Amino acid sequence: MDALVLQALNGLDKGGAYALIALGLTLIFGTLGVVNFAHGALFMLGAFCAVTMQKILTLSKQIEDTSVTFFKAFKEVPYLEIWLGDTGRMLIDYSVPIAILLTIPFMLLVGLVMERGLVQFFYKRSHAEQILVTFGLAIVIQEIIKSVFGANPIPTPAPDVVSGSADVGAWIGFGDGLYYPYWRLIYLGFSLTIIGAVFAFLRFTTFGMVVRAGMQDRETVGLLGIDVQRRFTIVFGIAAVVAGLAGMMYTPILPPDYHMGMDFLVLSFVVVVVGGMGSLEGAVLAGFLLGILQSFASMNEVKAIIPGIDQIIVYLVAVVVLQVRPRGLLGRRGVMEG
Amino acid sequence: MSAATVDTLRRGNAAASVPAGDTASSRSDHIKFAVFAIAVLTMPVWLSPIGAGYPDLVQKFAIFGIFAIGFNILFGLTGYLSFGHAAFLGVGSYAAVWSFKLLTMNVVPAMIFGVLASGVFALLIGYVSLRRTGIYFSILTLAFAQMSYNLAYSVLTPITNGETGLQLALHDPRVLDGPAEAGLPTTTLFGMETIGYPGFYVCAVMLIVAYYVAMRITRSPFGMTLRAIKSNQNRMNYTGFNTRPYTLAAFVISGMYAGLAGSLMAVVDPLAGAERMQWTASGEVVLMTILGGTGTLLGPVLGAGIIKYFENIFSAFNDQVLGRIFDFLPEVLQNLMVTLVHPFVGEGWHLTLGVVFMLIVIFLPGGVMEGIGRISARISRSRSNRSS
Repeated sequence: MDALVLQALNGLDKGGAYALIALGLTLIFGTLGVVNFAHGALFMLGAFCAVTMQKILTLSKQIEDTSVTFFKAFKEVPYLEIWLGDTGRMLIDYSVPIAILLTIPFMLLVGLVMERGLVQFFYKRSHAEQILVTFGLAIVIQEIIKSVFGANPIPTPAPDVVSGSADVGAWIGFGDGLYYPYWRLIYLGFSLTIIGAVFAFLRFTTFGMVVRAGMQDRETVGLLGIDVQRRFTIVFGIAAVVAGLAGMMYTPILPPDYHMGMDFLVLSFVVVVVGGMGSLEGAVLAGFLLGILQSFASMNEVKAIIPGIDQIIVYLVAVVVLQVRPRGLLGRRGVMEG
Repeated sequence: MSAATVDTLRRGNAAASVPAGDTASSRSDHIKFAVFAIAVLTMPVWLSPIGAGYPDLVQKFAIFGIFAIGFNILFGLTGYLSFGHAAFLGVGSYAAVWSFKLLTMNVVPAMIFGVLASGVFALLIGYVSLRRTGIYFSILTLAFAQMSYNLAYSVLTPITNGETGLQLALHDPRVLDGPAEAGLPTTTLFGMETIGYPGFYVCAVMLIVAYYVAMRITRSPFGMTLRAIKSNQNRMNYTGFNTRPYTLAAFVISGMYAGLAGSLMAVVDPLAGAERMQWTASGEVVLMTILGGTGTLLGPVLGAGIIKYFENIFSAFNDQVLGRIFDFLPEVLQNLMVTLVHPFVGEGWHLTLGVVFMLIVIFLPGGVMEGIGRISARISRSRSNRSS
């Protein structure tokens, strides 16, 4: 039982990342009708925002190491530590959460530039061409990151306070031995918050209402004298921010490297399709569902019964779902079938 | 009923894409085919000035040309975008290496087994995947390919030899050849070794055959039907035409092409690894086809050649080579150019690929073939202007 709860939790934080990426993909697809294969690259850019913030905060100066007396030795000390002492050290420790200050404006900018600079010329082109051009863009972004940060994963630790594990068992009354890393819990809470915020934004604000109306019938909303295009562009920016935040917060769980986006993108597309193209709820549901199934399948007990199941579960589920429900779990008829 | 439907659609939709009448196009097709065959066979000669005439690279041109031609039969004719074609490439490779291990080092049975195995595999996957269209089809093929890839690494290790890859060994049975003498045997074509240039000629002949078959398919009523499916599948279904057997046939043929390409990879280098099945490999063949020109016969071959050429030549560039290229400039400019170009070559050739690829999709959706078409149209126009 304990093992099951632990695996469910394990699946939830991965599922949170899938759900956030899939949510952004679906938002872009639902509003602009564009299949964005560069969305994984946006996730990766978000992760590298955290890396950049860490690098900025730890900008160092070489000073003489007085503890070594035999010869002249130097050590690197971050400026922040020199100027602010303990406060500086704490700021460095919290570099991942602080990176939010960088991630949001940067990703918004990237999203807007991408939409205005490239995606807007592809509304009327075929889905295959949209996939191809954004795929090309993803390669370009990936290679730029590679040439700046190198090809190796860069460790970006979570703040010290939350680096341990939480005694989840005690909280929910399951007895001992049920420990779970704090940061993964935070990630889960974070992704749920973001998902809630996006849904609330679409449901309770005027802006969101117009966007939803535009998703239903763009022409009519346009005829009412509303600039739909501008709002959809902003939605693209929001989707980019969501992907970026998902990536930024994921860095302590998985040290980022330049191709992490591609790895997540393929799975996220499976998630979107399983959830049903164009359905926001479907994307979130399928994200968590596949995340949990994936972690259940990697349990030894399951692997003993069906060897290799952990490697293929996501794809297997995708095949089965698409055979039983042609348009995914919550998909609408006629979307992306041409 | 069905024949009449095809006939209507032939006149209605497909006429635009095949401008010339059947008899006239058949003659020009044969001329093009002859030129193509000569060009392929003489590749080592005319490619050597640009540093691409060596066997390893021309072999790759031919093999990936076959792969892309096959992919184009599915994508170019029916419009179904498969994102899992590399799985068939991998299956073809494994089948060929097993044929080398168990039967004989002769390449003919290896190719036959590669094509058959991937054909059967494509039949299974196609039967399930083709029940859906659009992106749902793409994701299904991707899912099957990723499953094959992951299983080849884990559970199927007895067949695939996991991460090491399937290799020849001294104690392989090879029932037709008898036990190996000293050292590992090489692949042969009825006793003639197929390493280096002979290996290239095996691939080249197969490429020419593949091109010819693709040409006949494109010009046949079957090819017409496929193009009709691309232009409007709903209309065909409404008139009572069952499109499934046709799309499935196209899928299987296209899978067999990939299997042939995979077995040729094993012919020139008897080794098969699971990374051939990864989705990046599937993506690569999509890029080749689009870059060259979707739906054209020659385009995919050109695309495959261009990408493989870039990969081999560009990735070998380094700063010294660049310095030599920009030698004619003053030193300041030379250093500037080297710094500017540096990120695009060597390790960074993928960046060039991404940029070129984006530019092609944005400005030339028809690929290189469209570019050639535009240029030749412009030339003929200016010529006719001058004469009038």
